[in-house]
Amino acid sequence: MASSSIPAGAGAHGDPTRRDFLMVASGAMAAVGGIAVAWPFINNLNPAADTLALSQVEVNVKPIAVGSAITVKWRGKPVFIRHRTPEEIKAAEDVKLSELPDPETDNKRVTDTAKKVRPEWLIIVGVCTHLGCVPLGNKPGDPKGEYGGWFCPCHGSQYDTSGRIRKGPAPKNMAVPDYLFSSDSLVKIG
Amino acid sequence: MASQHGAPPVFNNKVIAWIDHRLPIFSYIEKEYHTFPTPRNFNYFWNFGAIATVMLVLMIVTGIVLAMNYQPNAALAFDSVERIMRDVPSGWLMRYMHMTGASFFFAAVYIHIIRGLYYGSYKAPRELLWMLGVVILLLMMATAFMGYVLPWGQMSFWGATVITNLFSAIPVVGESVVTWLWGGFAVDNPTLNRFFALHYLLPFVIVAVVALHVVALHVHGSNNPLGIDPKGPQDTVPFHPYYTIKDGFGLTVFLIIYAIFVFFMPNALGEPVNYVPANPLATPNEIVPEWYLLPFYAILRAIPDKLSGVIAMFSSIGLLFLLPWLDTSRVRSCTFRPIYKWFVPVLVIDVLVLGYCGAHPPEGYFVPLARVTTFYYFFHFLILLPVLGKIERPLPLPPSIADAVLTKKAG
Repeated sequence: MASSSIPAGAGAHGDPTRRDFLMVASGAMAAVGGIAVAWPFINNLNPAADTLALSQVEVNVKPIAVGSAITVKWRGKPVFIRHRTPEEIKAAEDVKLSELPDPETDNKRVTDTAKKVRPEWLIIVGVCTHLGCVPLGNKPGDPKGEYGGWFCPCHGSQYDTSGRIRKGPAPKNMAVPDYLFSSDSLVKIG
Repeated sequence: MASQHGAPPVFNNKVIAWIDHRLPIFSYIEKEYHTFPTPRNFNYFWNFGAIATVMLVLMIVTGIVLAMNYQPNAALAFDSVERIMRDVPSGWLMRYMHMTGASFFFAAVYIHIIRGLYYGSYKAPRELLWMLGVVILLLMMATAFMGYVLPWGQMSFWGATVITNLFSAIPVVGESVVTWLWGGFAVDNPTLNRFFALHYLLPFVIVAVVALHVVALHVHGSNNPLGIDPKGPQDTVPFHPYYTIKDGFGLTVFLIIYAIFVFFMPNALGEPVNYVPANPLATPNEIVPEWYLLPFYAILRAIPDKLSGVIAMFSSIGLLFLLPWLDTSRVRSCTFRPIYKWFVPVLVIDVLVLGYCGAHPPEGYFVPLARVTTFYYFFHFLILLPVLGKIERPLPLPPSIADAVLTKKAG
């Protein structure tokens, strides 16, 4: 700061003055205040309470026959619930982890939040991890891809019977949501 | 730039004189749009700034009346657009003008940008003018994307899903950012609401940036096909009536083509699948953006890694901010750049091929084609342009605009 701009009564040349201290302190307070005011506006865009309240669904899985699958809507996204056949379970378990782009055991993907393993039930978020399309394979007659799981029509990603990515541009396996079987036929997702 | 026609205007009308003495809007209009000295050698490429401005106004006017009948609610949006089409008086016309208008606004702006590239309009002292233009382009893309979501058709919904999912590529905070953008766990009603609010806001932000763009333009005046500065009154003509007439003529031709689309093929540039209501549980066979975003979509998909693809896509536009410094040639206009003049059309073809790739699923030969054209796009700006400016030997510049124009006429 040029000495000519220091008012009379200020500190010696080059030393911080009381005015400098006030400038920094009030500037810092203004910045904190600015952030404090900005936060509610930013936070305002986060999911609202009613949106969050809808973040759990309960599904009765009893009517799902072995070898078939259903789609339920959870948090605005499709969730696939597949009642796997013993062959499908075996196919998923027998894969070597080294063959997988996103290595994960089948066992881990069929474990609920109470750590109970139910290999016959595969529950995954039916959203392709590439750019968010819904893969085909739930309805009878749908293409299931080379690995008997799901096939994404958008960019050709193929998933196996554990919902793991095997081929195509998707980087990750389809996500497993938190879920809990409250009985053998009732599952709570979310 | 001071008016070459000298003294400030005298208004004979007493009311105008009274107002102008207190708020000099009439003096301003007189100075900037009447006597404003403008290079005498503009070609028709110089029409597109004015054309783009008219399209912006047209989009705002049609958009405001559409908003009066549109319902930004996921349960009502699709039907409200159909109601505009079928029941609202002239609603079909307003919507088709708005829909087709977006395409023509982009077309005008892209020609305006190519003009700037070829004639070096981004070079000193017009770097900020150019950068404000790039800001306008980015704002237009954001506005167009959010506007496309509003009819809540299949392509609206899935386009929004794919584009917002791009942000999930950001390391660590990606997923939270996407949830924040959505206001939920997927594209849904909160997303539609906020996109509508922003789609209504951003055009006015564009108006503000356009105003800055015009202010910056009027500091040093327009560039011209020769790329040399006017040296005196013999090199310029007053803006009005010379260029008001020339812009008016170009605008009329442009609007005739626009009207052909509005009245005879309003859906030619759109995706039929967007007339199917949004269904979060079924993805359409193929997700493609509108034509004006296809080249950037192709760059995104050309790169096999998700994060790198997103970075490449944003860089392809971000790069334009650096253009004034990437071009090392001191000559503005390609008229006097014997080598580079061929590379501007090559770049345009490259971007068109990218757009062609973006319109098709990334399979077969589209994959290598998109990769080669993506590589060339970056090569053009990052290597060719800086190097060529150093080694190219430009042709001799004419002594003045008048000299060049009159010699050409004589010869």
